[in-house]
Amino acid sequence: MSARADALAPAGAAGPAGTVGAARGSGRRPGRGSAGRRVGRRRTAPAIGGALATAYLSLVVLVPLAAVVAASTTGGPSAFWHAVSNHQAYAAMRFTVVVSVLVVALNIVTGTLIAWVMVRDTFPGKRFVNALIDLPFALPTIVAGLVLLALYGPSGPAPFDIGFTRAAVALALAFVTLPFVVRSVQPVLMELDREMEEAATSLGARPRTVFRRIVLPNLVPAIAAGAGLAFARALGEFGSVVLISGNIPFKTEVASVFLYGQIESDNTSGAAAVSVVLLVLSFALLLFVSWVSTRGQRRAR
Amino acid sequence: MHPTKPLLTVCLPLIAVALGACGGSSNASGGGSKVSLVAYSTPKEAYSEIIPAFEKTPAGKGVTVTQSYGNSGDQARAIVAGQPASVAALSLEPDIEKLVKAKLVAPDWDATPTKGIVTRSVVVIAVRKGNPKHITGFDDLAKPGIKVLTPNPFTSGGARWNVMAAYGSQIAEGKTPAQADDYLAKLFKNVVVQDKAARDATQNFASGKGDALISYENEAITAQHNGVKLDYVIPDATILIENPIAALTNAGPKAKAFVAYATSRPAQKVFAAKGYRSIIPALVDKKAYPDPPKEFTIAKFGGWDVVSKKFFDPTSSVMQKIEAGLGVSTS
Repeated sequence: MSARADALAPAGAAGPAGTVGAARGSGRRPGRGSAGRRVGRRRTAPAIGGALATAYLSLVVLVPLAAVVAASTTGGPSAFWHAVSNHQAYAAMRFTVVVSVLVVALNIVTGTLIAWVMVRDTFPGKRFVNALIDLPFALPTIVAGLVLLALYGPSGPAPFDIGFTRAAVALALAFVTLPFVVRSVQPVLMELDREMEEAATSLGARPRTVFRRIVLPNLVPAIAAGAGLAFARALGEFGSVVLISGNIPFKTEVASVFLYGQIESDNTSGAAAVSVVLLVLSFALLLFVSWVSTRGQRRAR
Repeated sequence: MHPTKPLLTVCLPLIAVALGACGGSSNASGGGSKVSLVAYSTPKEAYSEIIPAFEKTPAGKGVTVTQSYGNSGDQARAIVAGQPASVAALSLEPDIEKLVKAKLVAPDWDATPTKGIVTRSVVVIAVRKGNPKHITGFDDLAKPGIKVLTPNPFTSGGARWNVMAAYGSQIAEGKTPAQADDYLAKLFKNVVVQDKAARDATQNFASGKGDALISYENEAITAQHNGVKLDYVIPDATILIENPIAALTNAGPKAKAFVAYATSRPAQKVFAAKGYRSIIPALVDKKAYPDPPKEFTIAKFGGWDVVSKKFFDPTSSVMQKIEAGLGVSTS
């Protein structure tokens, strides 16, 4: 049983679900540190490390986010409500959330599949493909949008034209969020104890049952962590969708492009109000993901 | 616990230095021998020829001109937020007015011989080669089945010229303002892509989307130079685009010298070669750049101050209602 828990450590590091020891050891390769080493660091390092972490987090994340929240309320609650409840803002947010959910669902399936192939299969050029997976992160997103448009747009070589449609938005988001699920599932799969699967097989379980009852439960926290990150990213994505979506209000306009329009039109408090709604949504989802991971981890034990 | 200490001793001074640098360097505007030009992106090619020429003139001797290009509205906001700038060359007057409001540009900035204007152009309609849809003016763009591209007027300040050109064409035909508003609503039902900026719209038109693209003459000419296959129609009734330039109040005399040079004959020749209509009438080739018979300016509608509020206020305006109307009837 303890072997299983060890295998799950990487997922714990990816989500906020790690135990105290795992969280502190997160600077190192997760799942490796022995209990003995951790005890030695416990006394002084946490105070200084904690202070540094707090200072850094405040500077880079908390203060800017608080400033966004503050900016959203400059016009008072009625202005806030007006900004987030107007038809166009609502339509943009609804479309963004729906398309993000769809893309994340797609990512959960394809991302897990890709991770599976990368870990369990051997094929020529595997290392090359493995390095390829992170490239959507490296490519400036505006270039990604341009390339997708050139390929799948009106004058592209593809036999279909999805330029400036909702499908195009989904495609662009699928491209930029691809690495999240793959990269969180991969290490867990690698460390997964195959003896469990062999034992199940020898007891007469079919491959599908083995996957469903043994493998999948172990992967759930990692999949959830990857999906949460992918969703948060999709919600705020701008560069890759701004060209290919066509930005037609009520049809293909995503929240980030709507926000951009508000900022360009000097309605910064309205833009901040809509961002706050998106932030709250993301935060709620990330909390949910962390809850799923902890639960999954407990169940796996 | 050993690894933590050296890390800390390295990190803290670094953070302190970084913070100090951030606090100290803001708003160090170029005086004396440095001019920082902050401009919108379209005239970049022209300025890349004008600046070296300026640096060779007696007034520009020893002056280094740094350049920054971007979306006009973004550039204005960046300057207000403290980006060092001594000359602002932006797409439309309201962006300069932002700087006036922030007390960075003098209120009488347009009291120059050229009224603060550095380049002109007109709003045109780019069409597919040979004009297969027989588009001659703005009326045709609102006909059923015509697919139109124009940037979103809320994300692109420059696209507001397009909207006002289309609107003004109706007024020039003798329609009432209410009828012209209805026309805009019809026109925007035909808009199949609302890109965030003019260049994006040109790119999407080049990639095969749409029958017509509302754009500026200089942008259409640039696209042709870049090998995009398109023709363009100068409607009889269209708006004269005027792009402003201003020196910032805290900038040195060299900034004013640069503005003077940009509006002088040698620089205007460069702009003319890039497809702009020069502010010096003698430099405008009337054959290539005919005057639209029913040309009008933004002053006809009360100037940008009035127009921005009435047409482009993001919370309540003509265009805001039209964009909101798109959802009611189509989705």
